[in-house]
Amino acid sequence: MTDGAPQPLRRAGQAMRHDSALRHARGEARFLDDLPEPAGTLHAALALSPVAHGRIQRLDLAAARAMPGVVRILTPADIPGENDIAPIGTGEPMLAEGVVEHHGQPLALVVAETRDAALRAAAAIRPAIAPLPPVLSIEEGLARQAWLVPPQTIREGDAAAALARAPHRLGGTFRAGGQEHFYLEGQIALAIPGEEEEMLVHSSTQHPSEVQHIVARVLGVPYQRITVTCRRMGGGFGGKESNASWVAAAAALGARLTRRPVKLRLPRRADMAATGKRHPFLYRWEAGFDAEGRLLALEALLAADGGHSLDMSGGVVFRALTHALNCYAVPDVTITACAVKTNHVSNTAFRGFGGPQGALLMEDVLHRIAAHLGRDVEELRALNLADRTPYGQALEPALTRRVMAEAKRDAGWEAKRAEIAAFNAAHPTLRRGLGHFVCAFGISFGIVHLNQAGALVHVYTDGSIRLAHGGTEMGQGLFIKVAQVVAEVFSVPVEQVGITATSTAEVPNTSATAASTGSDLNGWAAHAAASAIKARMTEVAARRFGCAPEEVVFEDGAIFPARPGANERLSFAELAKLCWRERVSLSATGFYRTPDIHWDAAAMKGAPFFYFTYGAAVAEVLLDTLTGEHRCLSAHIVQDCGRSLNPAIDLGQIEGAFVQGMGWLTTEELWWDEAGRQRTLGPSTYKIPGSRDAPPVLKVRLLEGAPARANTIFRSKAVGEPPLLLATAVVNALRDATGLASLDLPATPERILLKIRAAARGA
Amino acid sequence: MQEQIEFVLNGAPRRLPREVSPVMTLLDWLRAEGLTGTKEGCAEGDCGACTVVLEEADGARVPINACLCALGQMHGRALRSVEGLGPEHPLPRLLAESDGTQCGFCTPGIVMSAWAHTREGGDPHEALAGNLCRCTGYRPILDAMARMEDDGAPPPALPPRAPARFGGFHLPATLEEALAIRAAHPAAWVLMGGTDLGLRLSEHRERPEQVLCLLNVAEMQGITAGAGGWRIGAAAPYRALLGLCRAEPALSPLAPYLARLGSRQIRGLGTVAGNLGTASPIGDSLPVLIALGAEVELASPRGLRRLPVEAFLTGYRRTALAPDELILAVHLPRPPAGAFLAAEKLSRRHDQDISAVSLAACLVIEGGVVRAARLAFGGMDATARRCAPAEAALIGRPLDDAALRAAGEALDFAPVSDWRGSAAYRLEGARGLLRRLALRQAGLPAEVFA
Repeated sequence: MTDGAPQPLRRAGQAMRHDSALRHARGEARFLDDLPEPAGTLHAALALSPVAHGRIQRLDLAAARAMPGVVRILTPADIPGENDIAPIGTGEPMLAEGVVEHHGQPLALVVAETRDAALRAAAAIRPAIAPLPPVLSIEEGLARQAWLVPPQTIREGDAAAALARAPHRLGGTFRAGGQEHFYLEGQIALAIPGEEEEMLVHSSTQHPSEVQHIVARVLGVPYQRITVTCRRMGGGFGGKESNASWVAAAAALGARLTRRPVKLRLPRRADMAATGKRHPFLYRWEAGFDAEGRLLALEALLAADGGHSLDMSGGVVFRALTHALNCYAVPDVTITACAVKTNHVSNTAFRGFGGPQGALLMEDVLHRIAAHLGRDVEELRALNLADRTPYGQALEPALTRRVMAEAKRDAGWEAKRAEIAAFNAAHPTLRRGLGHFVCAFGISFGIVHLNQAGALVHVYTDGSIRLAHGGTEMGQGLFIKVAQVVAEVFSVPVEQVGITATSTAEVPNTSATAASTGSDLNGWAAHAAASAIKARMTEVAARRFGCAPEEVVFEDGAIFPARPGANERLSFAELAKLCWRERVSLSATGFYRTPDIHWDAAAMKGAPFFYFTYGAAVAEVLLDTLTGEHRCLSAHIVQDCGRSLNPAIDLGQIEGAFVQGMGWLTTEELWWDEAGRQRTLGPSTYKIPGSRDAPPVLKVRLLEGAPARANTIFRSKAVGEPPLLLATAVVNALRDATGLASLDLPATPERILLKIRAAARGA
Repeated sequence: MQEQIEFVLNGAPRRLPREVSPVMTLLDWLRAEGLTGTKEGCAEGDCGACTVVLEEADGARVPINACLCALGQMHGRALRSVEGLGPEHPLPRLLAESDGTQCGFCTPGIVMSAWAHTREGGDPHEALAGNLCRCTGYRPILDAMARMEDDGAPPPALPPRAPARFGGFHLPATLEEALAIRAAHPAAWVLMGGTDLGLRLSEHRERPEQVLCLLNVAEMQGITAGAGGWRIGAAAPYRALLGLCRAEPALSPLAPYLARLGSRQIRGLGTVAGNLGTASPIGDSLPVLIALGAEVELASPRGLRRLPVEAFLTGYRRTALAPDELILAVHLPRPPAGAFLAAEKLSRRHDQDISAVSLAACLVIEGGVVRAARLAFGGMDATARRCAPAEAALIGRPLDDAALRAAGEALDFAPVSDWRGSAAYRLEGARGLLRRLALRQAGLPAEVFA
């Protein structure tokens, strides 16, 4: 593969609008539910478990069956293939059998003539369930050793011995909550049966291939019978990886058994009850350090609440573990991470995938130690920066230092400190605080073999180009970025590149659009496909011009020989037509696999990430000590995007991720009652940030002059997830404003007020 | 008596066939008509993806949640969906050019809120409070909104609002008709703006046989000023009450609080009377009404009667409303001259959220000390109510931190713990809200979103 950093980029690297932006704003962009329904389409609805844990004694469907419009009610007995929707392991039922293991678990699927009829019948199903005691806390899961992901440990040196001899020791416990994705478009699929066992599935999914596999598994047919397509999602954030698959499989089951198209669109409440969320974590640590705050030893446990089934908890635990030291070094360290089984909905991928949870550890450690020693936490950061991870992968501390310094400079750190001190001295109850956070985020799927992608590019004889690749569009701007890559290769306007829906029929065996890898993987795959066609076109042009292929130039839609005095030119369309006449293929697939990544699971060492991306943020908060209410007043962010493929898209990803991260860490709270029923099942009770919650000053800068060292597509770097972690700066600002070194998260007004009051009583 | 629903949609008059259900939601109807720019994000009036705009005769543009609206409610109104802006309208382009869309699902709703905002003006966050975006972080949307201008388009001519009945959906024009329908159909849903009952249509997919919708009853319209205060007609939306508080200096301290009640969408439909009828312990208007000593005017075939709001609220979601009665109006007395008024609320999110705790205070301060106090709390008990011991703790003392701490210690509440807040937080938070009063009185910044 050639170096991906040509001389000045003309299409890639430009700030371009999202390809659908204007259609979004005019209401013309069609989401799945906006597509015209095929004649005879039926609608499905799920009956969900009203309890968290119990034995199913009876599922009386007679009353629901008799309701108007009901066509069929499906239970596990109706499944022709396997009742198993596990994305990685096995044994995760689509419809509960024998036992229910979480509140909101699907029990049966009603198929009816209208959505209302289906929903009413589903609500009328009253299962008889003998309750069993639910496990509702990580602590209880740990006590029972109820492992979904058994403890795995990254070790360096001898932490126990180093702790024993450290001049200072400190231990801590804290926790971080889960997070509902709250994609604005809920889960939805439309399955259209074809001849024999064919099934066309429109799915709002980040992972069409997995939808294909799960549908095929549930229906008991080969993958080739199932075609899955997705033009766009109304948000994904990880919530439409494994969860989209079972929603699609349920619709396909209905379609298979009724031989009619079936649409399943989950109402928001059902969506929030039945689909997984970000993993909550419990942290326990003990650190040894010297009087300056230099870390000498660390033992830590990171325990995730996996919910009732494995889903992708293994990957989440891996990423938490590999990000637990963030960009800091500890010479003797033992970090253990695991996921326990509870009777919560099965937790799943969510932007950051355990990385954000992992990176919280060192913030608690550093702030506690700084408070203990009476030192500034910023000194401790500088003192403990790492040049490699504890599993042996190199970091780039020069970039860590750069983003830290630039974020602080942008924020006017020193001046702000003085301003804040003056404000706090003057106001009786309001307090300001300042916080900083820096992180190194590893890019690649943690599972090596997932780091592959395919693309399919056609050039037509009018010079227009059709682009298909395995990545999906969920608002993150992947489609425009990959189109820019193809436009760059051919040196044509990006408008000439037709963006198409993702389809398993065009690009098979794909990975999820996840782990921030969408542009890295699909960009290279599309680059390979376009380059293959371009090479053939170059040959044709060289023959035409009577020059060497190396002399053929593609520039701004024209093709000409690069030799003095040559005035022959072909337009891109003319050359395409010429290729056709000369019977040269204008279609190519492209394939990419990330090089150089490896992991030794026995030794827990390796280089699982192609590269790291670096980011830093400084946040200022205002806190009301009377109520615990707080607000982020400003945030200054510097994010390393390498040589950005599209600075406008990247800016949007950074801002959006930061605000979403703020939601996770400060306001969004999932609330279960004592019986394990989720009670925050809609936006009226689960509060994601509104416009007023975003910092009124939000200044984002892409790190300049820092092309990726790894051979990434045009030396760009991934951006989807890393900036979410930067919201940790807001938590650090809250630590500063409250004087509380350790905070349980989300740091809601309630948690903060009660902790301030408890601290005051203790003092 | 009109028997078909008529309204103006995107400038064109529509008369719906009789078989169209009047209790179908406006959102479902629009989408079934192929107007799929209006989206369902939550079906509970919180996310705003379904925002459409009512075009009022006076030119006002009132965004509403189509998911909460019964189709019958639209009779006689003019509304516009995103498709009605037309392909060349500058607003969508401005939003797109500002990178104000990512996934795009919330976007049409945001465009419609922004379109209303270009006419209504005010705080852009207030305009966006009823629209959630999970992708952008809002900055580019706010930037685009700052560049948007009123297109000057006049409202379309509205169809006449004659008495109407669509099957079991009654839309009477007079109190007399309304009372007769109430008597004939005691089980009918009594519907005002539908911001509470609308959930039963939208989320729970209920289809009531009989609905008595009071929005067009002449005697229930508008807010009128009298010698001793204001008469708030039962059909007057919160939007009108907020307008009154902003315009009337004696009530202006209440405006920031009312601006947090729901969103513009909710305030365009919801009514104080509906809040009273629902009688939720966390109804945001209730502490204000109680602190000001407001009265509810009830009408029945037996005549009219007036009750203090506290007497009207008899328990958790229970009221003194008799089966043949309707709420006709709320009478809000003018605060005593020089009274110190404040309203405070704690919620998980500043905007568009239901209170964990709310507090309304009306204090008469003379000679530097509190002479009379009315402190009403929401979220602390089965109903919104006053707290006599806390009021007593303030009497005869200056309104300072010590007095307010004493009032906080005197709170006689045993609140519940739920997803909006634990009992401990509600109590501590209520104490904090009391202590804020001294800051407000001293003119100091008192809260983080000030």
